[in-house]
Amino acid sequence: MRLQYPSNIKIVSVPCTGKIDLIYLLKSFEKGADGVYVLGCIEGECRFGTGNLRARKRVTQAQKILDSIGIGGDRVQMYNLSSSEGPRFAEFAAEMTNKIRELGPNPIKRFREKLAA
Amino acid sequence: MIGISGEAGNFEVEVLRHPRYVDMEKCIACGTCAEKCPKKVDDPYNENLVKRKAAYVDYAQAVPLKFAIDKENCIYFQKGKCRACEKFCPTNAINFDEKEETLFLRVGSVILAPGFDAFDPARFDAYKYATHPNVVTSMEFERILSPSGPTMGHLVRPSDHTEPKKIAWLQCVGSRDMNRCGHGYCSSVCCMYAVKEAVIAKEHAGDDLECSVFFMDMRTYGKDFERYYNTAREKHGVRFTRSRVHTIDPIKGSDDLLLSFATEEGVITEERFDLVVLSVGMEIPPEVSELAQRLGIKRDESGFCHTDTFYPVTTTRQGIYVCGAFQGPKDIPQSVTEASAASCAASVDLSSARGTETLSVEIPEERDVSNEPPKIGVFVCNCGTNIGGIVDVPAVAEYASTLPFVAHVDQNLFTCSQDTQDRMRDVIKEAGLNRVVVAACSPMTHEPLFQETLLACGLNKQLFEMANIRNQNSWVHSSDPAAATDKAKDLIRMAVARAALLKPLMAKRIPVNKRALVVGGGVAGMTAALGLGDQGFDVVLVEKETQLGGFSRELTQTIDGSNIQEHILELIDRVTRNDKIQVLTESLIVGFGGFKGNFTTEVLVGPGMYERKIDHGVVVLATGAREYIPREYLYGEDERVVTQVDLSKRLELKGASDLKDVVMIQCVGSRNDAYPNCSRICCQSAVKNALHIKELNPDANVYILYRDIRTYGLLENYYREARRQGVIFIRFRADAPPSVESSDSGIRVAVKDHVLQRDIQIHADLLALSAGMRPEDTEELSSILKLARNPDGYFMEAHVKLRPVDMAGEGIFVCGTAHSPKLISEAISQAMAAASRAATFLSQSEITLSVVTATVDQERCAACLVCVHSCPYGVPKINRDGVSEIDPALCHGCGICAAECPAKAIQLNCYEDDQVMSKVDALLEGVL
Repeated sequence: MRLQYPSNIKIVSVPCTGKIDLIYLLKSFEKGADGVYVLGCIEGECRFGTGNLRARKRVTQAQKILDSIGIGGDRVQMYNLSSSEGPRFAEFAAEMTNKIRELGPNPIKRFREKLAA
Repeated sequence: MIGISGEAGNFEVEVLRHPRYVDMEKCIACGTCAEKCPKKVDDPYNENLVKRKAAYVDYAQAVPLKFAIDKENCIYFQKGKCRACEKFCPTNAINFDEKEETLFLRVGSVILAPGFDAFDPARFDAYKYATHPNVVTSMEFERILSPSGPTMGHLVRPSDHTEPKKIAWLQCVGSRDMNRCGHGYCSSVCCMYAVKEAVIAKEHAGDDLECSVFFMDMRTYGKDFERYYNTAREKHGVRFTRSRVHTIDPIKGSDDLLLSFATEEGVITEERFDLVVLSVGMEIPPEVSELAQRLGIKRDESGFCHTDTFYPVTTTRQGIYVCGAFQGPKDIPQSVTEASAASCAASVDLSSARGTETLSVEIPEERDVSNEPPKIGVFVCNCGTNIGGIVDVPAVAEYASTLPFVAHVDQNLFTCSQDTQDRMRDVIKEAGLNRVVVAACSPMTHEPLFQETLLACGLNKQLFEMANIRNQNSWVHSSDPAAATDKAKDLIRMAVARAALLKPLMAKRIPVNKRALVVGGGVAGMTAALGLGDQGFDVVLVEKETQLGGFSRELTQTIDGSNIQEHILELIDRVTRNDKIQVLTESLIVGFGGFKGNFTTEVLVGPGMYERKIDHGVVVLATGAREYIPREYLYGEDERVVTQVDLSKRLELKGASDLKDVVMIQCVGSRNDAYPNCSRICCQSAVKNALHIKELNPDANVYILYRDIRTYGLLENYYREARRQGVIFIRFRADAPPSVESSDSGIRVAVKDHVLQRDIQIHADLLALSAGMRPEDTEELSSILKLARNPDGYFMEAHVKLRPVDMAGEGIFVCGTAHSPKLISEAISQAMAAASRAATFLSQSEITLSVVTATVDQERCAACLVCVHSCPYGVPKINRDGVSEIDPALCHGCGICAAECPAKAIQLNCYEDDQVMSKVDALLEGVL
């Protein structure tokens, strides 16, 4: 389909979203990511049963932590789609990019700049 | 296939191969030919709703993914000029000189799977399909709903591309219709797909979309289908109207359509719709009929291949087998099942030749790189212009050479071409590389190819990583070459970072015990045992009763008059005489352990209950089902109330001369709150017994009280015949079931007739209840073998559509009525399918386990049981040392335990935390 989506999206693959550790999400922000999202299979259709439901829980957990430390929970999201849904993949990429653009850069960057100054 | 000669085991088949004018070896599926081709033609894959080019690929997921030239539409072929595709093809794959080719193949068996055509409703004037854009077929509607379809899954109607608010589905278009198209049969699949399309349409468009399905009988007879139908009606609000619509009229001054139909009460009604979907049935295409003629195989009057009830995939010509819709209308799971069954039949014939033409590849011994520092080679692919046309490949290659541990960088026109692979092999050896990164296309398609090159150089194939700079970069960011170049650098940096951490992993090989355990000695179990035994595999058949045969011992004949008892005796005879099959009757499974290829089952055998341990490589479950024992309608209280199975036996023993009025009630113990699903077989049982009564005593009156008659597929012919012979069918509603009273003179049955719109009473001398099916009690067995069952107690397959006989656990297969209610012919197909799937497994002398499995660092494990509880397959165990242990042979590699483990004691090979995080670190390098 070759649908265009924003080039700021970079993919890290995992065998199942159930493999995504909370620490992966948090570390990404510590290293300066502006946004992270998890793309899983449609709920109820996980090849391994409940991997994507576990991932959603961890994303919610990450959102709470990021909110409480001032980075902002909205920067991490979870979306679900099936492998045949190219257009939705592109939609989610655009949606997430817009969301992050509204939120601006990761506050850690400003903090680091202040520290340096 | 234009000709066949010879006989079973030694055919010569003549095949005419049409040219595709594209060299499959050279085509890289870049799509340049289609892009440059100036000729637009209707796209049949998208039901001609959009255009494609004359240089094309059928659809994005086509296998093999290679382009072709449509000669009929190609400008060069038709007018002698153009050749644009040839000019622009980066790999010179276009070959206009390709000619038709006749191949002669020597084969032992032939399997026919020619499929069907969707019925073309253009011939029905009253439906205006040919003239009105908003009357579409269900196939067209599928494409409209599809994300890869003409509207990208956006639900709009063809005339004006607006979102419809009211959609109607008309069922049985081209099916159950002798008058208009001569198709007497039911197409089996349309009810279910119409329900599905209505539900998906509502999911797409939201609740303000009204979906109405107009039907005669709702035939949701498959496993768990009735539940789906109920949910569509009750939860999604899809409306179901029992009526056959005769006319669709365009409404002047709008693009809408008017349906005229009679309601159940007989009132003529009109209703306006924005879009009408015709649920078209299946038919056998003329070229399939011609093929059948050339092969000399018998077909029935509707063109379907003739098969025998007990040999459901065997054609009338020895050595030629059939599967799928050519055998009779059927859905995907049944087609998949039958495909495996046909391969079982063919394999039995060919078993003596098994393995005689196998070639094996010599792989050099692996080089130990564990003590070497990483030396990474990066190969950046241009993919013709696919990457190189967008991404600045020289700049990217230059950048790659600055990354840590990178010892060599190459850029290639096509990294996947054979000459580049040869070169890569030389470079790996000369430069002493011990890790390889290819920045090119998708690992889904190309990783195995590159890994083979590594293997040939003595490198472990896990020391390889890909950066997808085409599908995830140049193709999707083609409008911004600078950004694509930057992203390519990022992706390569990430890949190199992970590559540096890669470790060689040895795939564990385990031997396969070539013996099969079949649980259950009914028709399915015996058929599966024979399917394996006849291929030369050892089988142990465990039956809990004292004799073989299962529930089929209670049955007399099938609807086409085939004698079930004779067949069972033949099966028992063949099973007991087969020296590969060992039968254990009066045996009970009490213990089970091991993993695919190496199971051990404990069985208590015989009246003495002596214990036996059986080692085996696979399990086939064929535990069966039996007739529901009704608590309804005076069953057990009045001996004139019987079940259909009782009635069959009675007709066989006593005939029907004493019967004047027989009433049958359908859906007893099925399609109710306690047991929502349909039992599939009872409608045909009723029709079968009704026809038998009419045959024995034509003066007897037979009344069948039903909710929907579900004589799917070719069974519809018997339903029609029953009506012709005067069997009276009276429909009742689920909320107004018949009432039954016992009296000295007979059984009084009262019911409301929906055609007459009045209550009627029938005085019956016999009441037959179409009692549904219930699975055998497998509660204990399922807990011993750790197998999943659905709420009705039937075993659950790994995938309801695509893996209908595999269970979730590898090496375990299911067949017959242990899977769901089904006819004997269907149980036989499924049993042969299970045997085929099991044989695929047993024919290997050893199996290679996936390297992607979880491993426990025992030093760190606190035995907190989180992994034990979170594993979807119950694999982690606390061992004797008091720590968790994960058997790689059982692990499915999802990584859930690794993510959950609070001590981080578990790592998933290939996805170790440091490997995953190395990519994140590399991506964000320098951001802060």
